[in-house]
Amino acid sequence: MYKIVKKETLSPAVKLMKINAPYVARKAEPGQFIILRVDEFGERCPLTIADYDREEGTVTIIFQEVGQTTKSLGMLEEGQDILDFVGPLGVASHFEGIKKAAVIGGGLGTAIAYPQAKKLHEMGAEVHSIVGFRNKDLIILESEMSKASSKLIITTDDGSNGTKGFVTDELKKLIEEGNTYDLVIAIGPLIMMKAVSNLTRPYGIKTVVSMNPVMIDGTGMCGGCRVTVGGKTKFACVDGPDFDGHEVDFDEAMRRQLMYKNHERQSLEDHKCNLGGETNA
Amino acid sequence: MPNMSPDKVKMPEQEPDVRNKNFLEVALGYTPEMAQEEAKRCLQCKNKPCVAGCPVNVKIPEFIQHVANGEFEKAYEKITETNSLPAICGRVCPQESQCEKLCVRGIKGEPVAIGRLERFVADWFMQNSKPQAKSIQKNGTKVAVIGSGPAGLTCAGDLVNLGYDVTIFEAFHTPGGVLMYGIPEFRLPKALVQKEIDSLKQLGVEIKTNMVIGKVLSLDELKDEGYKAMFIGTGAGLPNFMGIPGENLNGVYSSNEFLTRINLMKAYLFPQYGTPVKVGKNVAVVGGGNVAMDAARSAKRLGAENVYIVYRRSEKELPARLEEIHHAKEEGIIFKLLTNPTKIIGTDEGWVKGIECVEMELGEPDSSGRRRPVVKKNSEHIIDVDTVIIAIGQSPNPLIKSTTKGLDTHDWGGIIVEEATGATSKEGVYAGGDAVTGAATVILAMGAGKTAAKAIDEYLRND
Repeated sequence: MYKIVKKETLSPAVKLMKINAPYVARKAEPGQFIILRVDEFGERCPLTIADYDREEGTVTIIFQEVGQTTKSLGMLEEGQDILDFVGPLGVASHFEGIKKAAVIGGGLGTAIAYPQAKKLHEMGAEVHSIVGFRNKDLIILESEMSKASSKLIITTDDGSNGTKGFVTDELKKLIEEGNTYDLVIAIGPLIMMKAVSNLTRPYGIKTVVSMNPVMIDGTGMCGGCRVTVGGKTKFACVDGPDFDGHEVDFDEAMRRQLMYKNHERQSLEDHKCNLGGETNA
Repeated sequence: MPNMSPDKVKMPEQEPDVRNKNFLEVALGYTPEMAQEEAKRCLQCKNKPCVAGCPVNVKIPEFIQHVANGEFEKAYEKITETNSLPAICGRVCPQESQCEKLCVRGIKGEPVAIGRLERFVADWFMQNSKPQAKSIQKNGTKVAVIGSGPAGLTCAGDLVNLGYDVTIFEAFHTPGGVLMYGIPEFRLPKALVQKEIDSLKQLGVEIKTNMVIGKVLSLDELKDEGYKAMFIGTGAGLPNFMGIPGENLNGVYSSNEFLTRINLMKAYLFPQYGTPVKVGKNVAVVGGGNVAMDAARSAKRLGAENVYIVYRRSEKELPARLEEIHHAKEEGIIFKLLTNPTKIIGTDEGWVKGIECVEMELGEPDSSGRRRPVVKKNSEHIIDVDTVIIAIGQSPNPLIKSTTKGLDTHDWGGIIVEEATGATSKEGVYAGGDAVTGAATVILAMGAGKTAAKAIDEYLRND
């Protein structure tokens, strides 16, 4: 059992939890993830490590309530327990020799981009962060990102806060203004990571994306999370989740993500029935 | 008086058309009367050829004599002198190529049903007896076991009986390895595996789940935590794919993924359980081993209309147990033998719609003595399926290897050990089971666990 020592609501559907998991905290690095199972009936759900405190023995996760599992997780309160919490899994991000980087976060992806920006910042790299949200109510981690970046640009699709438009527009502007980046990190929906990779390709800027496929075990034993990278099949849980964005087959990844769409809907509806009339979020 | 019937006493089973719609156990087990009758078929040979066929040398004629006498508790004690998981072995061992292969009664009829008798004794004991709380003299020495499959459980059981403080580290949330995630409920009920594991806990074995060794702790760090010796029983859990076009289409599973969803995550009870599984109307399972049979029979139980086993050699070469092949056929699984997939075909939206195959014929024997399948000319054809499950074998997971300095492995990933002891190239570190041999059987893994436990004890005594 793993205790929830802190819970915070970042935006209407996005929650932060600090989980007591000393073994995971001791080894966690940016880019890695955990798998949790809320209760005995639960599925195994991968979430990226948003932060960790080795001394306190805690790991921070940030999640959006999109389906049955994340909703059940969101209903737990401080002091309650999560049944299973395993990690750190996956390969940590490599930042050796990076002097200047652009970190792009899309929506909840900002929570995953944050530890990367923080690590780069701590290493002394110049970090330009661009984070995009659908509207102003969904903005998360603004002050954290601001502390970890020498430049922070916030965009909203509807212009309700920050710059109106997409993160790619802002990145393009920065590149054309003459910023030379050693590395671009893009984390968010597949469609956004694909757009960023397509943008940076002609400039030849190394671009790393963090893949988020369906996973079961997270230890390389099933291949449910396979992605095609540079024409080869890779398991995101052990070979990634970070990959070279210019090599990833995004169309295949987007297709594979839809594999359980109907099941997910059914699970969510069934779950609502059990709760007795929870309204649609 | 021995029972001279040439045939085994039949074991009651669920009817094929009933059982292929549920996940309950197929074989229902002997009654005490049936067991005693079957036990009387044993001739109590002096030279006991059957014992030599058992990788853990269960004292077969002796336990069977107790069964014949109706002394079931004594029979249990006799078996567990050398086998710590009898309810499991009695169900999943390939007895036809082990103990029963060498049974004298098999020369002029069917061999004695040793597996069924072992299973009966173990089940009877679980229902009718309470295990005595054994008092074990502790020696205060810590040993770590990595992986809680059959090899690790056996090794841990033997070591705890010798007085060691044993901790098992398991990556999953449930211990049991392939017994929990691989072999389906209808062959091996999970409640029974749990009972066997609980009895090890009662002996004092500690099991730490959610611990991926190699990630959360390295072997060297375990040593720093005071573990004087280690046993690696991490199995062969890395799925092999065929490397043909279309393997990443939606609807293509590795057998590991498919079976893990079903067995460990109970996806057949979705949405009561949160993990989904998607099975179409027509399913192709590629491969001919026990895992392929398990996947095919599971798919049938999830409502698939046509389930095909696609295998490139002929029936004779099928590596699965005879009993499982027989059960699969009874349940309506269709065998497409001498057939080899060349490509998986998808719809425009990226879902499986068929599997392109060629027919094969058997040519000259290869180095392993098996006749090599050769492609028949102009035999390309398409089988219409919407789900493909790849069950062509597994390799050892590279995680431990890649994070442990000084641990020698073969090119294909198997850990190199000294056969007689299970000792690896790293001092105080032993290994056994599929992690060493590649995918094999439960009982061989148990045998390796036993060998290593003995060697670890000797190593620590001389330390």
